[in-house]
Amino acid sequence: MGNVASVQKALNFLNIENVISNNSDIINKSGYIILPGVGSFSQGMNNLKKYGLVDLLTDQVINKKKPFLGICLGMQLLAQKGSEPHETNGMGWIKGEVIKINTKEKRIPHLGWNSVNVINSRYFSDLTSLDFYFIHSYHLKVKDPALVSSTVNYGIDIVSSVQKENIFGTQFHPEKSQSAGLQLLKSFFEINA
Amino acid sequence: MLTKRIIPCLDIKDGKTVKGINFENIKNVGDPVELGTYYAQQGADELVFLDITATNEKRKTLTELVTRIAKNINIPFTVGGGISSVDDVSALLNAGADKVSVNTSAVKDPDLLDRLSKQFGNQCIVLAIDTKFDEVEWFVYLNGGRVATNIKTVEWAKEAVRRGAGEILLTSMNNDGTKNGFALDITRKVSEAVSVPVIASGGAGSMQHFVDVFREGKADAALAASIFHYKEIEINELKIFLKKNNIQIRG
Repeated sequence: MGNVASVQKALNFLNIENVISNNSDIINKSGYIILPGVGSFSQGMNNLKKYGLVDLLTDQVINKKKPFLGICLGMQLLAQKGSEPHETNGMGWIKGEVIKINTKEKRIPHLGWNSVNVINSRYFSDLTSLDFYFIHSYHLKVKDPALVSSTVNYGIDIVSSVQKENIFGTQFHPEKSQSAGLQLLKSFFEINA
Repeated sequence: MLTKRIIPCLDIKDGKTVKGINFENIKNVGDPVELGTYYAQQGADELVFLDITATNEKRKTLTELVTRIAKNINIPFTVGGGISSVDDVSALLNAGADKVSVNTSAVKDPDLLDRLSKQFGNQCIVLAIDTKFDEVEWFVYLNGGRVATNIKTVEWAKEAVRRGAGEILLTSMNNDGTKNGFALDITRKVSEAVSVPVIASGGAGSMQHFVDVFREGKADAALAASIFHYKEIEINELKIFLKKNNIQIRG
């Protein structure tokens, strides 16, 4: 999964101790879990299954309520199913599905800086800017509107972040969104400290 | 609303930033990481690092430099120059690059675009095209503009997107280095022909040129080098100017 190096560098910049791992002992001992990811939905799920991470993450996040942040594909994989490139079951923590962005006037991928509309301010309250970097062709349609923490307009309103108890997911890349992104990452760790 | 992007391009040779006029007469203008950090602070929306000598010297990767860049700069950046395989791309993405650009290698082996997009997703695959107007038509040029082809630019852009390019970086060789403005007609033609974002490059000399390429050229992003490197235009001032002209800009 491609952007894991960038996420690590952002965490290092914030002096947050971190390790990139698929090892169950390390994941069990960690205080927080971040799942970054670029690539296709089915490839992402295959990778999680290959390393036995679906059950492990479900136990850690759903049963043990460990603070969790999914970024981009890492957020999309929380859905019940995806469609890239073919229908695939996701982890199912958030009711909804991931579908291709369908808006005739616009370019796909939705690529660049766009400002989000905050619905649930839990992680967004102290930010000096709401401009975040997006790069995606698929988006998460969430069944329960109460779980949508922010949206972004790209011809249609797209879910730009979800939040459910200890689970937070962003469609945009905080690790690439300069000061706004770093502030958001910081507040994820501080609020869940 | 999605904003238009301003992208400084840092041409790299032997780990140093350079800029050539029409790709020749290369002069050093600084350290890539230092310069990139400065641009990010000034409000650059992305950065592009191109190893302009890579195709000739067959140098494979800029992995060390990319690692340094990723460590210091937290806006997205693209790396290009001599990339010709899945392994090249894998190494650069793992080192922290957000996107890679391919040029000559994709023309010679179009299936490369299919392989790369299948492996990494089209969102991180940028197709760079060097184009030149030859009496009646815009054609694709290879090897940093030194080798002509009979491939029509718009046709190649369309094929590349079908195969998996997620973005087009279009450089007009007629305009590059002239400071007379971007090539508005070919930028617009490519922009209207493909469904992915188009970055216009070559010819920026004034702030008005950026307004023109966003409005008339229908570009999604504009790339420039010398005018930024020599501080003829400061990015923060450019963004204020664009906002005054009702162009959607971040910050």
